[in-house]
Amino acid sequence: MEATTYNYKVVRQFAIMTVVWGIVGMLVGVILAAQLIWPDITFGIEWLSYGRLRPLHTNAVIFAFGGSALFAVSYYIVQRTCQVRLWAEKLAAFTFWGWTTVIVLAAITLPLGYTSTKEYAELEWPIDILITLVWVAYALVFFGTIVKRKTKHIYVSNWFFGAYILTIALLHIVNNLEIPVTLTKSYSLYSGVQDAMVQWWYGHNAVGFFLTTAFLGMMYYFVPKQAGRPIYSYRLSVVHFWSLNFIYMWAGPHHLQYTALPDWAQSLGMVFSLMLLAPSWGGMMNGIMTLSGAWHKLRTDPILKFLVTALSFYGMSTFEGPMMSIKTVNALSHYTEWTIGHVHSGALGWVAMITIGSMYYLIPRLFGREQMYSTRLIEWHFWWSTIGVVLYIASMWIAGVAQGLMWRAANADGTLTYSFAQVLNTMYPFYGIRLAGGALFFSGMLLMAYNVWKTVRMGRVVNDAPIPQAVHA
Amino acid sequence: MDSGTVSGIVTVVFIVVFIGIVGWAYSKGNKQRFEDAGKLPFDDDPSAQQGDKQ
Repeated sequence: MEATTYNYKVVRQFAIMTVVWGIVGMLVGVILAAQLIWPDITFGIEWLSYGRLRPLHTNAVIFAFGGSALFAVSYYIVQRTCQVRLWAEKLAAFTFWGWTTVIVLAAITLPLGYTSTKEYAELEWPIDILITLVWVAYALVFFGTIVKRKTKHIYVSNWFFGAYILTIALLHIVNNLEIPVTLTKSYSLYSGVQDAMVQWWYGHNAVGFFLTTAFLGMMYYFVPKQAGRPIYSYRLSVVHFWSLNFIYMWAGPHHLQYTALPDWAQSLGMVFSLMLLAPSWGGMMNGIMTLSGAWHKLRTDPILKFLVTALSFYGMSTFEGPMMSIKTVNALSHYTEWTIGHVHSGALGWVAMITIGSMYYLIPRLFGREQMYSTRLIEWHFWWSTIGVVLYIASMWIAGVAQGLMWRAANADGTLTYSFAQVLNTMYPFYGIRLAGGALFFSGMLLMAYNVWKTVRMGRVVNDAPIPQAVHA
Repeated sequence: MDSGTVSGIVTVVFIVVFIGIVGWAYSKGNKQRFEDAGKLPFDDDPSAQQGDKQ
């Protein structure tokens, strides 16, 4: 018998966990920001030391918050734009419980100090295997649903999700090739500069395909939906898709400027990073221009404000990134707070804000309501988040440039002008501003949690959103 | 073949591929197809012709 409704259960599970993990991950971030000012704030408890919490923060915000959001929206969008129920729903349920298990295991093992030491891939080998199984199940469900679609075309969002699913599988497996020694310890198959290159091929493409390509899939659905008009140029989105994915793969070496990596590889990374500006801005324009003729909606609709501000931060950080990959700029910016500012302009400004906006669209619909419990609270959330990000990145810009300049300053006899401790001392006011900005952004997530809680309480669980029977030819 | 020649060939191939993609995306024959695809998010909701009212 053919299904007449969409599967919203798995979407709902992932959507709720997006809010939960967002709060957890960002709270850890706030603690870390405080530790940089007051190193003893966690009473010297080793499980809560900076080095243990830092990977917990990055894993929680990227893979728990971002990952859950992507599972939710990709399952929602692929069903609605293919007009069929998910394929292999038991596997879809497995992806939820499997992914959640991975996150819980990460939250236990990272504070205990179990780590493979590869940035953004710290989890040890048994968890890596579980991730692989979940991801294969994800790919089967997603592509299986596309195969059985009732529509003629495959909507552009699904192309972006498809690229992300395939690439993350490839990156995860290649970067985590390792030899287990015990249940909790393994060693990478790579060493030296090869290890560094594989790591940053992975690391940069985690940014490129997890945090960019996949969230663009989100953007290409929710911006048109919330604006009430189709994407400005579908053809531009096609060019955007192919050129972005093609170029991103090669940009990784910019993380290794002025290292033992061969010069030609460093230059290659820089050139491809610079080229990335074109498709990135093409995509940003495409999203923003979708509002042309509907600009007035921006005044009253805080969800649209989230989505459009996210696009603005996307444009800003994809301009900043290529600039920072230029070797001479990188000589100043690398290893400084500027990098942290850049990352958060992308992670909070783009990824978190596009996710928050999309969740405010999605969550009421999953619980049988027209809209969220309170639009006013969304408006407040929007302003807290925006001010929070701006404080965060502005303080880190100033701190980073100051740090870079002070580190390189030399006296006439060639000795360094400033000691490390002197530079650190200069950082304190900026660390304070960053903490304030981060805490404000985090507080916004609490507003969201309250709003979601009220929406869910007032709503009813929807398991029967009907699939349109008259298929558009 | 030295690395300069390889770089040159690769660059030319990449540019040709890019022009090919742009040509394909903007060709007259594909206009209707892409316009239809762009409307997909709105085909799922017969009750809301103008998309979602906020």
